[in-house]
Amino acid sequence: MKINNKFKKQFFYGLRKGLPIAFGYIPVSFTFGLMATGGGLPVWLTIFISLSNLTSAGQFAGTSLILAGAGYLEIVLTTFLINIRYMLMSLSLSQKIEPEITMVQRLIFGFGITDETFSVASLENGRLSYPFLLGLISTPMAGWTFGTALGALISKALPDIMANAMGIALYGMFIAIIVPPAKKSKPVLMVVAASIVMNFLLIYLPVFTFISAGFRIIIATILGASLGAFLFPVQDEKETKEEFQ
Amino acid sequence: MTKAIIAVLLMALVTYLPRVLPFILFRREIKSPYIKSFLKYVPFSVLGVLTFPDIFTSTGDYRTAIPGTLVALLLAYKEKSLVVVAIGAIITVFLSGLFLTAL
Repeated sequence: MKINNKFKKQFFYGLRKGLPIAFGYIPVSFTFGLMATGGGLPVWLTIFISLSNLTSAGQFAGTSLILAGAGYLEIVLTTFLINIRYMLMSLSLSQKIEPEITMVQRLIFGFGITDETFSVASLENGRLSYPFLLGLISTPMAGWTFGTALGALISKALPDIMANAMGIALYGMFIAIIVPPAKKSKPVLMVVAASIVMNFLLIYLPVFTFISAGFRIIIATILGASLGAFLFPVQDEKETKEEFQ
Repeated sequence: MTKAIIAVLLMALVTYLPRVLPFILFRREIKSPYIKSFLKYVPFSVLGVLTFPDIFTSTGDYRTAIPGTLVALLLAYKEKSLVVVAIGAIITVFLSGLFLTAL
């Protein structure tokens, strides 16, 4: 009974922590619903994409390739490249979860790792429990699916100008996540700035034009984060907490 | 249609695998402060890279995207929530779009 209560408490705490993410997802997934159904996919398939993929950039790119009639290999490679970054995130999370979390539980909550659930989880104090993680992924999954369904259904009714405005929603969310920690921690600010500069160099220097967008994101991220680790290594947990709160 | 369904299932697979492979491959605790710091910096780095410069083309017109970006940065600097920042940016883009068509 006592264990059951602890499970419930952690699960509901997770749900609550996931709620702002869910709200942030609605305009983004709404845009996705508009794009996919507007492009000709059936409403049920559009919703199924969000349920089964639960990712932004990857499913946006994959879906636009499907609509363009691209081959399986192209679709799979592009989606995989965009999603390789999740390996870095779950590697980081694997260090922060309670060690007694079983493999099956890892395989379940792993499904819900996104840029946002990862960021919220890594800013939590202490070890992460399985019920907390389960709660944390549930509300964003619901928000992502709900927004997609809404967008798919409203698809034809919206004037162009409004649909265009929704395109910035995803990036607005990213900015909301990175700016406050960058304001408080000089190392974080330097890492973000260095990564963005690297990204611009990879895009605009003609020597690098052969690099795909997916690889570019990976390279700029690895270089920026490595520079940060080299210049500002975090000494122990306590210091880390202060830097990132 | 069958082709689209297969493509979606393949996408789901290559999205799921990177999320769980590290759980299967690495089970030991990482001790090196460099690797630990690297992993802590990754989310900030990747979100920065995903945002810039793509945000400037996210609305189909940089003249609406730039005001939207500035408003998002300002709201985020004032530590407003995710939703407020996203909605603030959307409204700014919408209003700049109206303003541009009125010109």
